Amino acid sequence: MPMKIGTNDFKKRVENGINDSFMRGAVAGAQERMGTRRQDAADELGNWEEWRNLGEEIRQHVLDNLDYYLEQLSENIAKRGGHVFFAQTAEEANDYIKDIVKKKNAKKIVKAKSMVTEEISLNSTLEQAGCTVVETDLGEYILQVDDHDPPSHIVVPALHKNKEQIRDVFTQKLGYQKTEKPEELAWHAREMLRKEYLTADIGITGCNFAVAETGSFALVTNEGNADLVTSLPKTQITVMGMERLVPTFEELEVLVSLLTRSAVGQKLTSYITVLTGPREELDVDGPEEFHLVIVDNGRSKILGTEFQPILQCIRCAACINVCPVYRHVGGHSYGSIYSGPVGAVLSPLLGGYDEYKELPYASTLCGACTEVCPVKIPLHQLLHKHRQVIVEKEGKAPISEKLAMKAFGLGAASPMLYKFGSKAAPAAMNPFTAGDKISNGPGPLKAWTEIREFPAPNKERFRDWFENREKGGGES
Amino acid sequence: MMTGTIQNREAFLEKITNSLGKSRRTNGVTVPEWKHRPQDTVLSEATADKLIEVLKNQCLKIHTSLVMTDLKTLPAALNKVVQDYGGGPVVSWKDERFTDWGLDSLMKEQWPSENIEFHQWDYTKVEENIRQAERANVGITISEITLAESGTVVLFSAKDKGRTVSFLPATYIALIPKSTIVPRITQAAQKMREMHLSGKEVASCINFITGPSNSADIELNLVVGVHGPVKATYIVIEDL
Ligand code: SF4
Repeated sequence: MPMKIGTNDFKKRVENGINDSFMRGAVAGAQERMGTRRQDAADELGNWEEWRNLGEEIRQHVLDNLDYYLEQLSENIAKRGGHVFFAQTAEEANDYIKDIVKKKNAKKIVKAKSMVTEEISLNSTLEQAGCTVVETDLGEYILQVDDHDPPSHIVVPALHKNKEQIRDVFTQKLGYQKTEKPEELAWHAREMLRKEYLTADIGITGCNFAVAETGSFALVTNEGNADLVTSLPKTQITVMGMERLVPTFEELEVLVSLLTRSAVGQKLTSYITVLTGPREELDVDGPEEFHLVIVDNGRSKILGTEFQPILQCIRCAACINVCPVYRHVGGHSYGSIYSGPVGAVLSPLLGGYDEYKELPYASTLCGACTEVCPVKIPLHQLLHKHRQVIVEKEGKAPISEKLAMKAFGLGAASPMLYKFGSKAAPAAMNPFTAGDKISNGPGPLKAWTEIREFPAPNKERFRDWFENREKGGGES
Repeated sequence: MMTGTIQNREAFLEKITNSLGKSRRTNGVTVPEWKHRPQDTVLSEATADKLIEVLKNQCLKIHTSLVMTDLKTLPAALNKVVQDYGGGPVVSWKDERFTDWGLDSLMKEQWPSENIEFHQWDYTKVEENIRQAERANVGITISEITLAESGTVVLFSAKDKGRTVSFLPATYIALIPKSTIVPRITQAAQKMREMHLSGKEVASCINFITGPSNSADIELNLVVGVHGPVKATYIVIEDL
């Protein structure tokens, strides 16, 4: 699977994670700091629940009318002189981009962090085509310089590395001669990257949100690297997951506000750039040629199913920052560029159960993720649904929850983890807007529901359920 | 403007329509009246002066200096910030408002006489602009809409308003007419949308800038100036 990271199996990855004490400290620290900042930002508004309701409303409306808005978006981009390519598969997207590279005879490409280009393995395609690809986001750059070490967090990809490790990598690979001070390391990266921007042939970015009504798209960063990636090279290619759009500027601002508050607790990040088409005729900077590649890559299979809500996701990582399991094992354990609760739901859908069937068990179902999600995705309910589907499909669970917990090294720690989860998610917020009964399924599912007596994952009852099953709960 | 191309659309959209289990609609979808509109109430009662207070406080959080001035003292105030940042080279947009605000003699006479190099963006000079911006110590632009809540300036690109003026130089100064200050990004989005609906094309690049470039990628330590400016100052011009 292209979105897959590493070759180790699930158990091995988890073991590695648990044995990496720096990583675990960093993850725990990051969760606390980012979680607190998010909480403060939400509290400050005073009516966070209303914001979440609006976020959910907007995302659901867009998904329900996705064909309409994608058509409108593409029309408006073409009107402004941009080229739009619809790619059903990763391969189609890569081929199209490779073609542009060839036509432009491009040698150097600068990129601003983009998960969807990771998902489709664009970098290796470009490298095979003979290009140098430079990731410009500082965290991504560090990972790239370190022989493509995989990311461990959606918002802070190099979270698992300490500054001494980064210094060593810079010293070995970039001829760096200074100390491990973050300022000095960052300054060195700045100097290296400046040269790259000015000599790149093509800039490639992801897309946080596209605006259907005007054919615009927005990039949200703190570093502003997306600004240089989109203003210096002559050709720009933006790659977006097909679900990442909004009707108008008015909804754009709501989702950007939810994203920045949820991701890092900021009212807005330092740079938010809204681009529409290539540069205008007399503009000096900005791309002469603009391409938007809209990627399906398995997303349309999720639409119309009970898993559709996961497509509401705006990749803020709030769920990751409260997840007790993520805290314990770190991002690499998920074996996918999408980690944490969002990854545990999304990776099996995009990458298949064969590869990712353990992930839905990597959860205490404590509901902390669901309670922080700014667009109200019922994450833990979706994890539970995954387990049902897996049992239905395979006749039995590939791994019981208890075993998964053990594999995650969480056996005895579980009650504590549950407590962490519920602390991170104040009970005052009620995420369950609709009663969601999980019916007793026929056949294999029956055996499953008999053991799991779940009317639905329900936070209030989770505790009792957990205590009971700790006493005598069987394995399936 | 040349029209672009669209490839592979029909099969792609059909798949989506099928998954959604309904028939394809090419018109008639309207944006609903959202049930919740919390964005409208933020700072909705605030006076212009209150918004300035909010902006000032926010600037403390985003590592940005804020200077209050009026038209009379603007040249002196701008000169002081530039000097404090270590002088030139300076690069700015070309905008008649600089002339209207009495900045011509500072920019075009005083600075050159003090050996502070000054380059005004000029689309006829093409790539020279980028070269100048890249070596500049200070970049100066004007905020079109200013968001008090988040401390954000909004810039619209145009032929004499290069995108990189706010980004390539080592430090950045935004001139903010007081009249551009609104509560939050909600009002900016509404204004952008109104412009679009009234037939005015949106600028090909709209920049929302909130303080200097920063990153927390190394052990979550905040580092400024990773790609863009290391320092930023907002100069609010009172009587505009
Ligand atoms: S699932 Fe929700 S909380 Fe998690 S990244 Fe997506 S939007 Fe954020």
